[in-house]
Amino acid sequence: MMMKTLMASAAIAALSGGALADGHGDKIKVGMITTLSGGGAGLGIDVRDGFLLAAKDSDMLDIVVEDDQRKPDIAVQLADKMIQSEKVDVMTGIIWSNLAMAVVPAATAQGKFYLSPNAGPSALAGKGCHPLYFNVAWQNDAYHEAAGKWASENGVEKAFIMAPNYPAGQDALTGFKRGFGGDVTEEIFTQLGQTDYAAEIAQLRASEADTLFFFLPGGMGISFMKQLAGSGVDKTIVGPAFSFDQGILGAIGDAALGVKNTAHWAKDTDNAANTKFVADFQAEYGRLPSIYAAQGYDTALLLMSAAAKADVSDADAFRAALAEAEFDSVRGDFSFAPNQHPVQDILIREVVKEGDVVTNRTIGVAATAYSDPYGADCQM
Amino acid sequence: MTTILLIEQVLNGLQFGVMLFLMAAGLTLIFGVMGLINLAHGSLYMIGAFAAAAVAGATGSFVLALAASLAAAALAGAVIEMAVIRRLYDRDHLDQVLATFALILIFSEGTRWVFGSFPLYLDVPAALAGPVSLPGGIQYPAYRLLIIAVGLAVAVGLFQLIGRTRIGIQIRAGESDREMIAALGVDISRLYTIVFALGAALAGLAGALVGAIQSVQVGMGEPVLILAFVVIVIGGIGSIKGAFVGALLVGLTDTLGSVLLPIAFGAFLDPAAATAVGSALASMSIYILMALVLMYRPTGLFGAA
Repeated sequence: MMMKTLMASAAIAALSGGALADGHGDKIKVGMITTLSGGGAGLGIDVRDGFLLAAKDSDMLDIVVEDDQRKPDIAVQLADKMIQSEKVDVMTGIIWSNLAMAVVPAATAQGKFYLSPNAGPSALAGKGCHPLYFNVAWQNDAYHEAAGKWASENGVEKAFIMAPNYPAGQDALTGFKRGFGGDVTEEIFTQLGQTDYAAEIAQLRASEADTLFFFLPGGMGISFMKQLAGSGVDKTIVGPAFSFDQGILGAIGDAALGVKNTAHWAKDTDNAANTKFVADFQAEYGRLPSIYAAQGYDTALLLMSAAAKADVSDADAFRAALAEAEFDSVRGDFSFAPNQHPVQDILIREVVKEGDVVTNRTIGVAATAYSDPYGADCQM
Repeated sequence: MTTILLIEQVLNGLQFGVMLFLMAAGLTLIFGVMGLINLAHGSLYMIGAFAAAAVAGATGSFVLALAASLAAAALAGAVIEMAVIRRLYDRDHLDQVLATFALILIFSEGTRWVFGSFPLYLDVPAALAGPVSLPGGIQYPAYRLLIIAVGLAVAVGLFQLIGRTRIGIQIRAGESDREMIAALGVDISRLYTIVFALGAALAGLAGALVGAIQSVQVGMGEPVLILAFVVIVIGGIGSIKGAFVGALLVGLTDTLGSVLLPIAFGAFLDPAAATAVGSALASMSIYILMALVLMYRPTGLFGAA
C-alpha cells in the first residue's frame, strides 16, 4: 500500500512538472481512498484514472491515493492516517456506500471537505447532510428511480427486482419502486460481493414478471450476467448503468446487447468537454471511459474550479465556490441542490455493438433535472 | 413456490455442496493425518483457478485448463509442504495458523503481481454453455450438472482410495499413530507430501470449476475457506465421510435458507421487511446449523470422540 502511495505521488509529481519541489505551499492536499483491488477494483481504478487525467495539467492539487480493498475497517484506518498524519484538506474517492457511511461523517466532523465521486447514500443526502460534504456523481436513488419511471412509461407491468443488501442496494430498490408504477412481483436482496446467483436465477425462471431490474455493480454484475446467459432464462432487462458499465460489458460481451440502462453520462453525450474527455482518456489509458471515470474527472474539475476562486483554508469561501459548480461537466448541465447533491438529467442508454466493441448509446432522457427527494430532510 | 422451483434449488444446493466438499476433503485430510491447520488452502483454490484461466486463455481448451489447475495446485501444495509446512508439524496450532496466514498474503500479493488486480475470465466450454432439460420439465444449466457429477465422482474415488488402496491404509494408519507407522518402515514424510498435494489438487480443481461461472480474482479463496472450515467442524475433523455429509448439509442449508426464509417471513411480515429479515437470517443459517450440531455432538457428526 505504501508502494502505491509512493508511486501515485511520484506520478503526480512527474505530471505536474516538478511543482512538488515547491513543497506544500498553496496546493490543496487531496486524500483519495478508493477500491483498487478485489472484485470492485475496476470502479476505483476508473475513478482514480479519471481524476488524475483532469488534474494532469494543473499544479493546484497534491494527491495521495490509497486502496481500501472494499473493507470499511481499512477505509476508516486510511482516513485517520490521511487526516492525522498526511494532513489532507479534501478527501474523495470512496466507491461503496457502506464505506462512505463509515468514513464521511467522521471526516466532515473533523473539518475536512469530502467530495463524493460515486457513493451517494440516502442518509447523507437527508438528515445526515453536512456543509462540507458534496456529492458530484448522484444520490443513490437517482438511476434507479429514473429506470423505474422509464420502465412504467415503456410498457413494463411486472418487475422482478434485485440488489445487494447494503445501503446503496436498499436505496436502489427504494428508488426503483418510487419511480415504477407497475407491480413488483419479487424483491430480492443478495449478499454484497456474492459470486453465485443460481438460487436467484431459479426464482427468476419461476417468476411471472416480464422484466428483470437488477443493481449489481462490478464483479457481481459480471458473475450474474454470465450465469444468467447459461441458464436459458429469457426476460427483458432494465438496469442502472452500474450493472452495464464499460468494465462489465468488456467481460460479458454480446449477452448484454439490447439491455436498457440509466446513467447521468454516456460516452456519446454531446458537449465539447465530453468530446475532449473521451478522446483524452482513450489516448492516456488505451480503453474506453466508464461512468466512474467520468465521475472522477468531474470531481477533479469541480475541485480545481473552486481552488481557482478561494483558498481551502477559508472554509466558508471555499464551500461557496464549490456550491457554484462553475465548471464544464462532461455530463452537460449540472448544478447543486440545497443539500449539495446534483440536479441533472438522467439518460436512458442501450447496449450496442460498435465494430467489435460492446458499449452504450444514448437513446433518450429518462428523467429531466432530477433531484433526490431526501433534500427536504436536510437542514444545514 | 412450485415443486419444479424447489427441485431446482435443491440441485443448486447440491452443486454448492459438492464444490465445498472438494475444498473440505483436502482440509480435513491434512488436519486428520498431519494435525495441521492449513489456512492457505484457499490460496491453493485460487492458484487452481488462475492456472485454469491462464491455460484456457492460451489454448482455448477447457479440459487442458482443468488438467493445469490440478497440476498447478498439486505442485504448489507439494512445494509449500516441503519448504514451509514440514517445519510446523511439531509446533502448536497457533504457529501453524500464523505461518499459513503468511502464505495467504504471499500467494495473494504474488498473484496480484503476476496477473494484476482485474478479474480474469474463464468461460464455460461452449458445449456446456446452455441449459439441459431434465425429466419433469426442469431446465438446469448443463455446466452446474457437470460440477455435481465431478464432485460425486471425486467423492467415490476418495472413498475407494482411502478404503481400498495401500496408500489409503497408510493414510488411515498415519491418522491413528504416526510414530508406529514410521517404525514399521513407511516413509512418513513422503506420505505427508502426497496427502498435502492431493488435498491441494482437489482445492485447485474446485477453484477452476467454480472460476468458470464466477470470476477468477485475487482473494477468491478466503470466503470459501471459511465455509470449508464450517463443513469440517460439522462433519467431524479428519473424516472424509463427515466432510461429504457436512458439505451437502451446508450447501443445502445455505441455498434453501436464502430462498425459503424470506418466503416464510412473508407469511406474517410485509414483503420488504420479510426480505430484509429473511436474508439476514439466511446468511446466519449455516452458523446456526454448526452451533446446533456442536451442541449435540461436540466432535461433529462423524468425528472421533
